[in-house]
Amino acid sequence: MKNRSLVSIEDFSKEEWLKILDLAEEFEKNPKQRILEGNVIATLFFEPSTRTRLSFESAASYLGAKVIGFSDASSSSVKKGESLNDTILTVSNYSDIIVMRHPREGSARYASEVSPVPIINAGDGANQHPSQTLLDLYSIRKTQGRLDNIHITFVGDLKYGRTVHSLVIALCNFNAIFHFVSPPELKLPSYVKRHIKDAKLRYYQYTDLTEAIPKTDILYMTRIQKERFSDPIEYEKVKNAYILRNSMLEEAKESMKVLHPLPRVNEITQDVDANPMAYYFQQAQNGVYVRQAILTSILGVK
Amino acid sequence: MSDLRKELKVSAIENGTVIDHIPAKSLFQVVKILKLNAIPNQILFGNNLQSQKYGTKGIIKVNDKYFEAQELNKIALVAPSATLIVIKDFTVVYKKNVELPKTIKQFVKCVNPNCITNNENIETKFDVHIDEEGQPKLRCNYCEKFTAKDNMVFI
Ligand SMILES: [Zn+2]
Repeated sequence: MKNRSLVSIEDFSKEEWLKILDLAEEFEKNPKQRILEGNVIATLFFEPSTRTRLSFESAASYLGAKVIGFSDASSSSVKKGESLNDTILTVSNYSDIIVMRHPREGSARYASEVSPVPIINAGDGANQHPSQTLLDLYSIRKTQGRLDNIHITFVGDLKYGRTVHSLVIALCNFNAIFHFVSPPELKLPSYVKRHIKDAKLRYYQYTDLTEAIPKTDILYMTRIQKERFSDPIEYEKVKNAYILRNSMLEEAKESMKVLHPLPRVNEITQDVDANPMAYYFQQAQNGVYVRQAILTSILGVK
Repeated sequence: MSDLRKELKVSAIENGTVIDHIPAKSLFQVVKILKLNAIPNQILFGNNLQSQKYGTKGIIKVNDKYFEAQELNKIALVAPSATLIVIKDFTVVYKKNVELPKTIKQFVKCVNPNCITNNENIETKFDVHIDEEGQPKLRCNYCEKFTAKDNMVFI
């Protein structure tokens, strides 16, 4: 993985994903090591994403690296009309690795072609966000003790949620059994279903959340955004049907965990937070260890 | 068909390239892809000609010009049935079908308006795939979205 860019989860092999997860486990035991001392990590956020940026910066800082960059394009030369090419070439003079988030799809792939230093894609429009997928895999493995043969239930916006698409595609390598709960207009797109079919795996679709819960090992919740509906009446009709309440977890397996890429709005009620099944805040914390593993693998330190 | 009419349709060229069996609806796309509007050579175009195989077809004859195979294969995107005929001294030197390239660079726009190639000065790059109906579709090297045959816009 040394010196390679991570733009899409498929840039790395399954074996490499597992190496990153193993390494993340080591960092979880010992997250503060100064093994990146002397390295400079650039975080270029052409659109703001505070959680992702802080997670990368925290990962880098605990390992002793210096962090430079910007948190939103309006405060940088990009606003003055600088091309992506020029920004990347300039910043690559000042850093050993570039973590970038950009509103345009394909921006990170392009950056990886022009940049002399490796690029980590922290989200390019609705396209890819591989460190999120790796931290999801880490959270699944950690809570279930395995990645294989997991019953995973995805809930909410399965049409536009790239987190969902990437995780489904990744789990096709681990013999998962998929359950999809969404309003009809936000069903999983056919290209993602094709991956499941090609892997000869099973999936089931539901419109009722409670129906899927008893079989589930991992309940992956997502936010339904009003903007996704052309008809606001349709949104009003479904918006409360995909909210997880603590009372709905009575039928769940004891080992089940609830994941959510955050931020949550109202799709998980606060009474779930105290339930030991709620795992979304630990999931976010796992992001730091996984990002430490990604940074050190690419920088060739681990 | 009278001999005269037949002669008009296939009027020979001394040296150059003939592109035959172009689907009639794709003729102008072929012109655009090969940038025939920008070369000084004598060019003959025929369209909506009768064809036994395809119903109607188009044909292009370019005098004194030989194309790189790579260049001509681009037209397979819109005219997969096209035949190339290279002529020297009124004689057919060779004849072959166009082949769909594995990758396409530069001359097709990505269908995704939010693709970086549509927002910065970046050349497009695609892998060529075949859809369920056997038609070519292009996977953008950058945004990873597919551009279907009907959505292809040539730059
Ligand atoms: Zn594109």
